[in-house]
Amino acid sequence: MSDAATILALKRRAAALRRHILVPASVYFSHLGGAMSCADIMAALFFHFLRLQDRGTQKRDRFLMSKGHAVTAFHACMVELGEIDAAELPNSGQSGSRLGGHPTKKAPGVEFGTGSLGHALSVAVGIALAEQLNRSGSRTVVLLGDGELQEGSVWEAAMSAPRFGLENLIAIVDYNRFQAAGTIDAVMPVEPLADKWRAFRWNVTEIDGHDMAAIVAALEALPAAHGPTAIIAHTVKGKGVPGVEGTGRAHYTMLTDEEVQRTLASLEAVQ
Amino acid sequence: MSGYFAAMSSAEVLADLAEANPSLVLVSQDFGPIGGFTARFPERHFDLGITEQNLVGVAAGLAHAGKLPFVLAMAPFVSMRSFEQIRDDCGYNRNNVKIIAPFAGLEAGPWGATHHAMEDIALLRSIPGMTILSPADPNEALRCVHAAATIDGPVYIRLGFLSGLDGYDAELRVGEAVTMREGKDVTIIATGGCVASALAAHEALKGSISARVLNMHTLKPLDHAAVVRAARETGRIVTAEEHSIIGGLGGAVAEVMAELGVGRLARVGVRDVFCTEVEPYPELLRIHGIDAAGIESAARKLIAA
Repeated sequence: MSDAATILALKRRAAALRRHILVPASVYFSHLGGAMSCADIMAALFFHFLRLQDRGTQKRDRFLMSKGHAVTAFHACMVELGEIDAAELPNSGQSGSRLGGHPTKKAPGVEFGTGSLGHALSVAVGIALAEQLNRSGSRTVVLLGDGELQEGSVWEAAMSAPRFGLENLIAIVDYNRFQAAGTIDAVMPVEPLADKWRAFRWNVTEIDGHDMAAIVAALEALPAAHGPTAIIAHTVKGKGVPGVEGTGRAHYTMLTDEEVQRTLASLEAVQ
Repeated sequence: MSGYFAAMSSAEVLADLAEANPSLVLVSQDFGPIGGFTARFPERHFDLGITEQNLVGVAAGLAHAGKLPFVLAMAPFVSMRSFEQIRDDCGYNRNNVKIIAPFAGLEAGPWGATHHAMEDIALLRSIPGMTILSPADPNEALRCVHAAATIDGPVYIRLGFLSGLDGYDAELRVGEAVTMREGKDVTIIATGGCVASALAAHEALKGSISARVLNMHTLKPLDHAAVVRAARETGRIVTAEEHSIIGGLGGAVAEVMAELGVGRLARVGVRDVFCTEVEPYPELLRIHGIDAAGIESAARKLIAA
């Protein structure tokens, strides 16, 4: 169990990620909502859970962003890790930048290029199989979108992970309730979601994806025995952006200077 | 020999390769234990069931983590159902996945159009960095498997029905066509099982027409130089493949010739239709003109034109 100081540090880190995410969101149309909704999860992963040392070797944990459109949250983590200079962020999506609208290997730290939805869980199953063969203890974490779960390939992958008893595989669903055209419930409901993963023989944990203590507790409870774990994180689209969070506009938008200033002011409140 | 049996024979080769290379793993699609491999390396064979998209993604993940995955899956399904996984996860992310694909072309015969793979070359040829091998006989299929293991990048080995070619044992040089017969009036460029038919057509044309025969065992990267020589030296080219005339070997050769601005072309292949006749495989080839007689006739018409 992590102490209060650890949780507070991670909350501050999440606030820092949100400040970085605001930068590309103010220079071009990006998937702001899905980046903000996973910021707390990303902070817990990159600054507490994932063993990132020995980058470039096989003996380390891996992170795959299956919901690749939330890439600005990933770039934000790389800024905090010192892999990307914060001065690069205003050039995101602009001519000549290495920071595009989806994770590519041009950008530092990207494990796997994604963008088309429904790919990375299968890839992660393959990586986890390889590491199981290697008996390396390396863990693979995949961040999935909720709308993404409408892709059939996700469920092919979900079916295959327990078949091979992949205790080293963790899928986190950023359940922010929106997709491009509206709410998940209106477009194509994915409920009952926890039951679906359970029916596919995954260990399932449901948490508030903005409650840092809950996120950390779920991660620290790993590995669950006898197979992979799905963490369903209930989140708010565009979390932390006043007037935009929890709305359909959050999915894909560009913020005005005033909206950026208002968000920065509210992030000051994270102590 | 059925492409399926060629694939099973290749599993013996894979087991030998796996002995020497501990990274080699086998990923298959509802094939059950694979003779020669599974018994020797049970922990290195993963059967993913009927999940083409997933199995290619899984193979890409295995490759990403340093393994050398060979995928064994039916050509029509793996090339079409998992096209995007081959493009994104193997091609774009540059992963060393080797796909062995039996039931290429029309071999499935009366099983129907859903089981015919006549678009796989066109689809996979459009992926940057992809290598496509299409052996002419069962022994060349095994040489393709050896070659695939050494190529850096994704490889697709297309296995249709293959007759043994007597005395044929040319070294496989990826990207380099094999001249099976010399000739000066026309060049028949064939791939896969059509090479045997092209050789038969060569014999039938003998006396009146001198036909060069090339075995284009590598469809990508295509041997441009061999096509250019054929266009310049024989003027006329007939392509022969168990594939749509759109986008496959015929399409690839047409692209080279169009840019060169030399020569005339006839394409033997499936002529933009679904092969819906319920017929045994050889009869299906005859109906669609993809046999020795069809190639011979295409050559004669091209010469007469």
